[in-house]
Formats: sequence, structure tokens, C-alpha cells
Amino acid sequence: MKKRKLVVVGNGMAGIRTLEELLKLDRDLYDITVFGAEPYTNYNRILLSPVLTGEQTVQDIILNDADWYRKNGITLHLNATVTRINRARREVVADDGTIAKYDRLLLATGSNPFILPVPGNDLKRVITFRDINDVNLMIAAASKLKRAVVIGGGLLGLEAANGLAARGMEVSVVHLGETLLNRQLDKSAATLLQKDLERRGMRFLMNRQTECIVGDEEGAVQAIRFTDGSECKTDLVVMAVGIRPNTDLAQKAGIHTERGITVNDTLQTYDPSIYAVGECVSHRGMAYGLVAPLFEQAKVAANHLAFHGIGRYSGSALSTKLKVTGIDVFSAGDFIGNAGTQSITLANAMAGIYKKLVIKDDKLIGACLYGDTADSAWYLRLIREGKSVSRQRGQLMFGEGAESQS
Amino acid sequence: MPSLTGTGPGAQPRILSSICCYCGTGCGVKIHTDGNQVLKVSGDERHPSSLGKLCSKGMALGATVRRDGSRILSAQWRESKDEPRRNIALDDACDIAAAKLADVIGTHGPDSIGFYLSGQLLTEDYAVFNKLARALVGTNNIDTNSRLCMSSAVSGYKLTLGADAPPACYDDLDHADTVMIAGSNMAYAHPVLFRRLEAAKERRPDMKIIVVDPRRTDTCDIADIHLAITPGSDVALFHAMLNVMARGGLVDLDYIDRHTEGYAQVETRIRAFTPELAQELCGVSAADIVQCARWFGNAQAALSLYTMGLNQSSSGTAKNSALIHLHLATGQIGKKGAGPFSLTGQPNAMGGREAGGMATLLPGHRDPNDTQHRAEVARLWKVDAVPDKPGHTAIDMFDAVLDGRVKVLWVAATNPAQSMPDQAKVRAALNAAEFVIVQEAFANTETLAYADLVLPAATWPEKSGTVTNSERRISRVRAAIEAPGDARPDWQLVCGIARRLALRIAPEKTRLFDYQDEAEIFAEHVRFTAGRDLDYSALDYATLDKDGPQQWPYKGPRSAPVRLYADGVFATANGRARFMDVDYVPVAERVSTGYPLRLTTGRMRDQWHTMSRSGLVPALTRHAEEPFIYLHPNDMLRHNIQDDAFVKVETRRGHIVLAAMADENLNPGHAWLPMHWGSAFMAGNGVNALANSARDPISQQPELKHSAAGISVQNYAWQATAWIRGYIPSLRQRLSKWLAVFPYAVLMPSAVGGEGLRMRFASPEKPDTATLTELVRDLQLDDAGLTFDDPALGITRRIQYCGARVDAFLLAGDTRGHEALLQWADTHVLPADPGQLLQGRARAAARARTVCSCENVSDTAIDAGITAGHLLEGLQATLKCGTSCGSCLPEIKRMIQRHNTQEIRV
Repeated sequence: MKKRKLVVVGNGMAGIRTLEELLKLDRDLYDITVFGAEPYTNYNRILLSPVLTGEQTVQDIILNDADWYRKNGITLHLNATVTRINRARREVVADDGTIAKYDRLLLATGSNPFILPVPGNDLKRVITFRDINDVNLMIAAASKLKRAVVIGGGLLGLEAANGLAARGMEVSVVHLGETLLNRQLDKSAATLLQKDLERRGMRFLMNRQTECIVGDEEGAVQAIRFTDGSECKTDLVVMAVGIRPNTDLAQKAGIHTERGITVNDTLQTYDPSIYAVGECVSHRGMAYGLVAPLFEQAKVAANHLAFHGIGRYSGSALSTKLKVTGIDVFSAGDFIGNAGTQSITLANAMAGIYKKLVIKDDKLIGACLYGDTADSAWYLRLIREGKSVSRQRGQLMFGEGAESQS
Repeated sequence: MPSLTGTGPGAQPRILSSICCYCGTGCGVKIHTDGNQVLKVSGDERHPSSLGKLCSKGMALGATVRRDGSRILSAQWRESKDEPRRNIALDDACDIAAAKLADVIGTHGPDSIGFYLSGQLLTEDYAVFNKLARALVGTNNIDTNSRLCMSSAVSGYKLTLGADAPPACYDDLDHADTVMIAGSNMAYAHPVLFRRLEAAKERRPDMKIIVVDPRRTDTCDIADIHLAITPGSDVALFHAMLNVMARGGLVDLDYIDRHTEGYAQVETRIRAFTPELAQELCGVSAADIVQCARWFGNAQAALSLYTMGLNQSSSGTAKNSALIHLHLATGQIGKKGAGPFSLTGQPNAMGGREAGGMATLLPGHRDPNDTQHRAEVARLWKVDAVPDKPGHTAIDMFDAVLDGRVKVLWVAATNPAQSMPDQAKVRAALNAAEFVIVQEAFANTETLAYADLVLPAATWPEKSGTVTNSERRISRVRAAIEAPGDARPDWQLVCGIARRLALRIAPEKTRLFDYQDEAEIFAEHVRFTAGRDLDYSALDYATLDKDGPQQWPYKGPRSAPVRLYADGVFATANGRARFMDVDYVPVAERVSTGYPLRLTTGRMRDQWHTMSRSGLVPALTRHAEEPFIYLHPNDMLRHNIQDDAFVKVETRRGHIVLAAMADENLNPGHAWLPMHWGSAFMAGNGVNALANSARDPISQQPELKHSAAGISVQNYAWQATAWIRGYIPSLRQRLSKWLAVFPYAVLMPSAVGGEGLRMRFASPEKPDTATLTELVRDLQLDDAGLTFDDPALGITRRIQYCGARVDAFLLAGDTRGHEALLQWADTHVLPADPGQLLQGRARAAARARTVCSCENVSDTAIDAGITAGHLLEGLQATLKCGTSCGSCLPEIKRMIQRHNTQEIRV
């Protein structure tokens, strides 16, 4: 029997993870073709931060080398951006002219960094933090420039700032809100975090909105100006103000998209032969920018691509970690709480630890940890399992180990 | 050693001889001072009563001298009851008091004024107070807290021997060969005398010691027989002992015949009191009673030592009399080593009575009901007359305040809102009074809450005067330093108001209160003793300064220790002592199904009265750290009470909640409660909310010693403990309000970590978040270094620390880390993981408890010493425990004994 054809658009973590899951289920079902816009084989994007700080190299973070593709009979097109899907003919066309036919198409196009729509956002040395190329730009800049401004006090922004600081730059972080990581941490934890990062030499410009980026006569960045009229001189600007699911390709092909490519619980798009996973999708109204949901999606999508037809993806409890060495941050679920929830907090100022657990109807629904995240996996499990924690409530704060000792 | 700072011009380092201000032993102290502050207090070897010894409380006197918020530094006044008091000038305060007194006397007559004074006052203070009441105001409504303390001893002595005079002296402790200690835990209440008796027993092991006490106290450690009698059955016991002696030919019929009267009736009555009957009434074996009677009857010298167990009773006079009978029947009185010796509770209850400072007394042991006595007193005071209408004794006084007969109550140097029985009623009276004057040195007494006018009093060691101790010895109390702020000696405050009052109501009497100094008051006072049983009219300050303390009667320069009645001539009209035909009457309140426990009260070793002074010394709080009630282990089992569980103790008058502790030294069915804790230290109205105001018909002394009580476990769902370092007075000011918030609450001065406060709270339901937040704020734990909050469950754990030093903590809702935290606070040893403490599971070794307060030696250290093979001498040599005041010796000996018993069992 002639093999079916599977085309994967996107050589990132979500797409390749889905292939790995698929190959575990059935090695011989498909002829597989992968398109990657970057020149690298699949690498761990999460670990770009340690590469930036110098703690790891690009080689260290490669997940699947060329050999892996070869051994699995996968046709890999690097530096090839798919520009069109011809759904009628069931084929895709890449910008290098490659055309690939498919029986099943998997879209794993990821996301794009959001670029602030301000004057000067196209100046030289205004970059984002998304891929190895960005990291290389930053490393090069750090070796010859003095000052950097990172716009955005979220996870990526802080990791970029930390990396640039580690490479000797004077780094200022510009943040629109009052507290850092305002989607991942509550105010207490964020305050601790800011103090810790300040101790490492970072400067924070909070409650600042960027008005424009000022360039010099050579068209390179010189300073950043805020709406309050103040300015901050800089040699480099890193924009880390968020990501947007990359839906261009799907939209052009007439596939239904909302914020991302709309999929059902089997990760199938509105076109039954097209699936989508990763940061590019919108599932039950949610777009995920974190790795754990992608892996869960990959597992389900692979199952359906293999025609097993079991497995449903019903969404993920979110959890985050900040990858800044020596600073442990974790949050998951609803860690802010409201009138219908109860909070347990622990703080140890001397040790720089803050923990908050949010409970609703005797179930753990959220956690925010700072300084000690040893129990984050356990909390995440409890949040996902949604079982009553009333029995272990007294020891909940002290971790899984504490339970058995009490 | 001169101090480098704070030494004013002319201030000289010096050492002054004075007297300890606590109990009636009247120990001599040497106050070492630089002129401005007390550097040290030590025992005065030259004082004949104490020979250089002091107890743990006396040793710590120096630490009670504080100039902080613990003192009242200026007069205070409130214009109406719903206003807070504000500081005013002392002169204005005297004007206000005089105007109010004059006004009320004018409208309602002199008997609408009441004075409630204290055995803490000096004889000179008493003399002027008494003169004010009787010679100027014109009322006999002047009574003192001696009514709660010694009045049964007084009536016992007067009825049998003819005068309010303990016939023995401390020297007799060295010479007695049978000693009966009845109703006294002298190891705690009179430790210096106990030490002396202990030493005598060691020298002469043949000495027989009988202790009569419902509870096995530390005093029993030197007892040959402990008679754990049913509370209140003393008369039956003493009658039975007399019965045994009479039947066994151990009475001295010749002495009875020559020196006494009334024996025949008593002899008839006691025939019914066989040892077998007494066994039933008293709950002790007939054989033991017979043995004790034989020891007493066969003794060369038999001495009885007794105090509150006999006095604080609804049959106190009968108990005193029945005990004195034993001495009269055997002639064991007036000779070396013999006599019925009442140990006085307060430092100057004796002197107060000498000055006539009670409703039932006039100066010089005179009787206000006696026309001739009144005339003598009026003549000596140079007034026309003194009032003849009987005055109110303590309980009556407060009843009269409650029903409006007494409108103005002037309280001095005592704390009735803690010390009086039936607190609910006493407090209602204080609330009902039209005007309450409180003359006080310490800012922490419960009674201050009811004061309309506060007069700032000087106190030890700022005052000068005299006191008389249990062996009738008059000693000089000397001022070593200036009183702080506007504080003045009590007699000066009295004179200041008396002169102003006289100007308003009887200007010719103004001169009655023109005293130069204490010496002049004393000189006036001694004239009242001339020709009386206590005659010390030949005594003056110069003699006391030259020859030292003197016993009365004082006939001339220094003589041997004085015993009264050596010649068999008693202070009665016909010179014969009297046997009083008293029957045995049980306690006023019988136990019942609802109130099944016999609750008795007593003292703790290191505290004094309502703790206004002793509570200022952190070290003295170590021996017993928080309020508790002792129950017999069987009763705890029956009521399903765990050790340290909260129990509600209830009598017909009120209830309190405290922690229960098992004590095998009690008889089953008995409970025991220390007397010290008032509403300043615990929720509710304090321990005397429970106490019975039923009283002796003659002495009018209330039965503070016994109530029928019910007990129930309180299973409080929510508990909290807290500790904070800092100055006790200011912390108490800020945190006392929390005593009113929870059904169980205690707030105790603490020596943990130096000086601070400990708190413990409990309630059936968790407090709301706002309450917890406020508690956290009051403990200054808002920004605590370690916090754990689960407000939905009422859980808050907070620890404020810096390095190894803890400054405060609160464990609310889950208090398991409590002991470990106190240990940390006390030792400054940072736990390996302070965060562990928040989990309440760092199991610290049980925290050491201080046994020796003077040398700060813990039970664990002593246990280790014993295990290492040390006996008492070895422990004293290596640890120094029990080498200073010796108050802890009974406990240390018991620990050694317990250890040895365990070894034998092993």
C-alpha cells in the first residue's frame, strides 16, 4: 500500500514533538516532510536564555539533529518558509519553490514577537528575542556595546535582560505595569523578584510607556523616549512585549482562525485533513505560549494522525517558570484568587522565599512560588487533578514530603 | 561603686539598712545605692530576724525598682466616669479630693466615706490615715487588706490570750522539738523562716515536724507526718489531738488550773472528737492523729506555725482558738521553742494594727466599742471625740459602696479589684461608687481602672518609716532614693489632703496634720502604746538607729529575744488565758453534683500577692510561666482532661478558664489554684472571681481558701500563642486589651530572651481576619521575617527575627512550634531551618524550666547533675543552684529523691 503523506509546517518544538509521538505509535504510516524557516534542526527554544547568558551553547540545545530526521525517513527543508496552502490540491508551496503534497497537514507555525507600533521600531539594533538569530545578535551587541533597554517585564524580557546583564551590559527594563511578571506573579512575589534582579545590577523603569525610539544619523537606536517625556539612552533595544500566534498561512488558506488557528479537542482545524499544534493554535479560546501545553497537544494530535482516534485535549493548567539562574519562580492556575477563594501564604524574608496557594472548594486551584519552587510539580499535579486537599491542608505549603512526615 | 552617669550633685554611693517589703517575716535588707538608683539589694546579717537571709523575691527586689511606665508618676483625674483620666498637678489633686470629701461629708455625713488600706503601708502612714478617718472625717469606716489576711489570727489571739500579739519569736524555730505547721506552705510563703527550721531539723533530726495541709506542698519535704486533711476540718483535728492528750495524761493540769479558764467546757466538748471521728471528718488516719498528739504532748517545746489556711476561713477564729488550746493545755507557751506562732502575711499588718488601722481597732490595740478607749484616743489626738458607730470591715465596706451608703472610697496600696473575693460584686461596687480615690505606686493594678482620682505614691525603697514583723520586731524602713515624678510618701499625700479638708470642715484641726517628718509621726504614735500590752512608748527613731530593730513590748535598750506570757500572766482582764468553747463547723460551701471539687488556693514560690511589684521582675516569672490549676490525675481522667487542656472552673460566683495540670500532691476531688492572677493577666475577673466571701462571724475574714467548684473541659478549636521582647510595662499597656477578646486569654511577664511578654489565647471559633490582622499589628509582626497565613482557617504564624535573635512571634491556629520558638528566643541559637518552625514540626527538646531563680538554674541542668551522680552538695558546688536564697531547695531535694526512687525501681 502506498504510504500516506504528512507535511509539517514548522520545525519547532510542537511540530517535532508531534512527530516523535506519532513515530512511537506508527513508524510506517506516513512519508513525512518538514519545513523549517530557520537554518537549524529542531532546538529547544526554551533554552535560548541560557545560551544568551553563556551557560549553554547552541549545540547544547539542539533536540533533534539532521541524523534523526534521516533515520526516521523525514524529508527536511531548512530555510524554507511555506507561503501557501492549496487545500484543493492538498499541497503546500514554500518560498524556495518546494511543493509538497499531503494527505494530512500539520501546522506548527508557532508565534511571532509583537513589535510595538511606535516610531523608530525599525531602527538598527532594535530586535526581538525569539530565535537563535536574535540570540546571536544580542551576543554580538553585548561584546561591543554598553547599554541595553529591554521593553517588557515579562518572562522573555527578564530573561533577555538577565542574559545581557550577564554579558556585561548595563540593562534597563522598561515595564508598562506596576509589577514585573504581572501575569505570572502576584505583587508580593513580584516585589521580591524585582529586588533580587536589582541586586544583580538591573535597573527597572516601571509604569513607563514607550512613545518612540530615537535613532542617530546612521539609523541606529540612540535612546528610548517615554510618554512622560523622560528618555533613556541606549545602544540596543530588545522588544519582549508579547507574542502573536502566527496564523498568516492558515488565514490565507481560508482556515478558520480566531486569535490563533481554531482547533477542536483533537487538534483538528476546520479542514478535516489539517491539524495544528503549538503556539499558533486557539483551543477553546486559549492560545498557549508555554511548552507544557504544546506537549500535551502533540500527544493528542499524534494519536489522531495515527488514526487511533482516542485522546482528547481539554486545555492545560498553565504554569510558568522563569529561566534565570538562581531565581526560582513558579506559578500555575489562578494564583490571585477572589472573594470565593482562600489563600495560604508563606514568606521568609531572610531566605527570600514567598509562596501562595489558592484554594477553592477545598481544591488547589493556583500556586505562586518565589525562591523555592521545589514543590511546583506537585502543586501543578494537584491543580490538574482537582481533588480535595482539605486533609493535607496544614502541610500543603511545606511540600509533598511534608505530608508523609506529619 | 559610683555610677558614672545619672549621679546628681551630692549623690553619694552608700549602703542603707532597710526591710524587705514583701511578707511578714520582715527580713533585713541592705540597699546599695549611688544616691540615684539602687545598684543591688542584699541580706542584712545584722538584722536579728533574718540574719542576712533573703528569699528569691527579696533577692530580686533591686529589679523591682523601675522608673518606666510601671510607675504612676503623677496625679490623674477624670471629671466624669466616661472620660479618660488625665494627668494633673499634685496640688490640684489634693484640692479635688478635699473638696469632694467635704462635699460628701456635708451632704451624706462622715460615714459615707470609706478607707480601704493595706498591710503594705508603713506604721506612720497608717497613723495619719487613721487620724484622718476618725479624728477629722469622723468615721470608723477604715479597714485594710489585713482583713483578708490576719484578722482571724487577731481574733484568735485576743479571745484566748487577751491581746493581738504572737507570743513566740523566730528564735523558737531553733529550739522547738515538735513543730506543727498548719495551713501554711511556709516553704513558699515564708521561705527564710522555713530555711531556718530546715536547718534546725538538720541539726537535730529528732525534731518532729507535722504539716497540716490538704495538699502536699514543698513544706511537707521536712515533715515527719503530713496530715492531708479535708479543707476546713482543722478544728476537728485540733480537738481530736486535745482529746488524745487529755485521755493520755499529756495535758498540764497544773498549768491549766493556775493560768487559764474555760478548760472544763472545752474538755467536755472534745470528748466527742475521738481520733476515729476526726479520721472521718478530716480524712486522715486516726493513728496519725494519735501520733501527732503524742509528739505534741510529749514535747519539751512544742511550736505551732500557721497562717492563711487557718485564717482565710469562715471558722478562722475557731481554728486559731482550737490550735491555741493545744498550747494552753500543755503549757507550751511563753517558753523557749514553744507557742502558737501566727506567721503574718504582709510586711506591716502588725504595725498597721498597732496604729489602729482597722475598723475594729483603735491605736494601741484599743477597741472602738470601748468608751474609755475612745476617750483615751481622743485625748491623745487632742480632739473632742472619736466616732462610736462601728465601721465597715472589708466585705461590708464594698457592700456599703454597692448599695450607696459609702459614696467615696479611698483605696491605698492595695488592689481590691484582684484580691477581694467574689470579684463580680466587688467590681460592681467599684463601678457604683460616686468617687474612687486610688493611692498607688504601680501603674498596673486592676483597681486603677475604677479610679476617678489617682494619687501617685512613693514605694519601697523611696519611703521612710517603720514596720513590725511577725515576732513583734519594729524595724526602720529607710528611703534609699528619691521617689520619681510627683510620687510622695503615703503619709504626705494623706496630710496634704487632710489639711485642705480640715480647712473646709474643721479649720482648727489643720494643725493635727502638720508633721515635719516620719519621726514626728512615730513619736506621736508610740504614745498610744503606753500602758498597753504592746507598750513601746520608750522607743524612738534614734534608738532604732542606734540599737537596731526592737521587739515590743519595749522596756529599754537591747535585750534577749522576747517571748510573751513567760510568767503565765496573760493580757486578759484577770490575767488568765481562755479556752474558747468552739465547735467544728465545716466549710461554708459544701461540694455538690454541680460543684464537686474542693478548690483551695495558695501561693506560688516566686510571686507576691497581685504581682504589681513581683510581676515586674522577669526572672521571677520563670518558675511558673502561666496561670494553671492543679487537679488530681484521677479527676483529670474522670473528666477526660488532658494535661495542659483548657478547663472552665466555675463556682456559684463566677468562672475563669485556665490550663489544667496534673498534681499527685492533691487528694482526689481537690483542686488547687494560685492566688496571684487578676484580670491584668488573664481573661475575666481573675482567680478571685471564684472566691467565696462567706466569712468568719467574729473576725469577718472571708473564706478565700475554699470554694466548691465545678470543672469542664473547653475544647477550643482555635488557639494562639505569642511572645514579644521588650519592656513589660509598655507592652502590657499596648496588649492588655486582648485579654478581653477571647474566652481564654493570658498575658504574662516573661523572662524569655531577657524581658518581654507571653500571651496565650483560645476560643471556640477562629477569629475573623480583621481581628487577626490587628493582633499581628499590635505584636508588631506586620513585616515579620517569617510568615505563614491561612486566614480562612484562622491560622497565622509569624516570626520576627534578625540573625539569631527573635524579637516576637505569633502562632495562631496552630501552636505546635511554640516550645521550639521559646527555646530559640531564650537561647539565641538559630534553628537549622527557621522555616521548619512555621510547620510546627521542629520538635525541640522540652524547654528547660527554671528551678533556681537566683542563679537561673534549670531543671534539665539539675537532672543532668543528678544523673552524673551529684547529691545536693555536689549540685550546689557545680551548678550553684540553691546556694543563694534557698527557696528552691525543697524542689531540688525532691528531684534527687525522685531520681533515686526511679533508680531503685529500675
